[in-house]
Amino acid sequence: MSILEIRDLSVHYGGIVALDGISFSVKEGAIVTLIGANGAGKSTTLRTIMGLVHAAGGSVHYRGEKITGLDTRKIVEMGLVLVPEGRRVFPNLTVLENLKLGSYLQHTRHEARNLEHVYDLFPRLLERHWQLAGTLSGGEQQMLAVGRALMANPTMVMMDEPSLGLAPLVVKDIFSIIRRINGEGVTVLLIEQNANVALHTADYGYVLQTGSITLKGTGTELLENEEVKVAYLGKTR
Amino acid sequence: MSMTTILQHCLTGISLGGAYALIAIGYTLVYGILRLINFAHGDIFMMAGYFMIFSLASFPWPAAILITLVVTTVMGIAIERIAYKPLREAPRMSIMISAIGVSYLLQNLSTYLFTAIPRGYPEIPFLKRIFRVGDLSASFVTVLTPLLTIVLVVILMTLIGRTKTGMAMRAVSKDFETAKLMGININAIVSVTFAIGSFLAAVGSILYFTDRMSVTPFSGTLPGLKCFVAAVFGGIGNIPGAVVGGFFIGIVETLLVALGYSTFSDAFTFLLLIVMLLVKPTGLFGEKSVEKV
Repeated sequence: MSILEIRDLSVHYGGIVALDGISFSVKEGAIVTLIGANGAGKSTTLRTIMGLVHAAGGSVHYRGEKITGLDTRKIVEMGLVLVPEGRRVFPNLTVLENLKLGSYLQHTRHEARNLEHVYDLFPRLLERHWQLAGTLSGGEQQMLAVGRALMANPTMVMMDEPSLGLAPLVVKDIFSIIRRINGEGVTVLLIEQNANVALHTADYGYVLQTGSITLKGTGTELLENEEVKVAYLGKTR
Repeated sequence: MSMTTILQHCLTGISLGGAYALIAIGYTLVYGILRLINFAHGDIFMMAGYFMIFSLASFPWPAAILITLVVTTVMGIAIERIAYKPLREAPRMSIMISAIGVSYLLQNLSTYLFTAIPRGYPEIPFLKRIFRVGDLSASFVTVLTPLLTIVLVVILMTLIGRTKTGMAMRAVSKDFETAKLMGININAIVSVTFAIGSFLAAVGSILYFTDRMSVTPFSGTLPGLKCFVAAVFGGIGNIPGAVVGGFFIGIVETLLVALGYSTFSDAFTFLLLIVMLLVKPTGLFGEKSVEKV
């Protein structure tokens, strides 16, 4: 059963084609990754799914319902959330306030339950709950961004470059958290430039190259693929 | 000048400053959320003056005040929906020009509808009651203005600091797109911002015009500009800054008039703007970087 189904999605920025009719699907309960170089259209794909960018053609189906053209708010309400690239925590708000905003559409009693869950995953956030988010370290901000997304009690989380600019040890932490929430039944769609760690974590993945999907396979298959090795894993021919 | 006269002028200045502060908050709030200087804000304040004149002609004062507050608030929201919202994705200059357009539209529309002849501002008896403390005498409105201003500012700060809507406002002011990803309805938050700004301008209008006798279609221009300066002086986007700026300009302006420099008092405000922009462009309490990501 696929929870997310992208069909022939295309996006134009002015006259530039950012996505040229891509199709892929995400199986319910899986960790799926979309790898590709800078400018391949990875972020655009996620932003279009969330309704932040207008699609020029094609469709997005989430749990069988067409969500193309819907308000971002509606999509969040349906249980699909995005952890944006570069974390984008609200620096002028405290850690707790950031988390509460993640539960903006939730009932107050659910908020308390979600908060407990997030503090359980990230004890560091509980320690720093009164601090302004802008004063956190990069790794802590990424934890906060993930925690904030989980505050919406999502069925599926999309993450845009969660490892960006983080120390290897912190990246390891973040990815173990990703596996943990996946173990709790949350579907994950992961976008990464760090193809190595992404493919090791994912059940299967797609390779996006200048606006089109060029390869598909399980994590191991892609890790062994010669083209992937050369283009994304730093192997020399 | 005797001590009593000085105190008397200070009281007048503080009162004028209170009204300025209420209007300045409207500039600063809207700027904080949309990075827009709402040039029509002074004219919303002027329109509130006319709303009061007409509603007081047919209703008792409590109802007239309520009508003025409600109609002005609705007008503020409507202006945003019609003239600013369609331009939200456009370059920032477009929305600014639209604001200037709305300003002239309101001035000319009211000239057409109400003529440019000054209309007498009605007296609200309880506001005009005279108080005497020793040699000092003041009408109730003079004393009420600064107090009401402080109360409203405290309520506003609590709303922004403690409520869910306030939290959403702070989030939207930093990052539109991420706020959307939280499920925040941006349009609703922008409307709330304009509602608060216009409501405070209406309160300011009632307090200001009660002391001024008459309203013309251009009554909003100069107070509007001065309050804009007050907001910049305090650091645009910062609410306490706007309040301090409002009181400062009100007090200095009144004292200048009292000292016999009445012709210079308006020039002072704009001199202040220039000096502030040269010396500390972010204003007294402004953040260092206000540019959006």
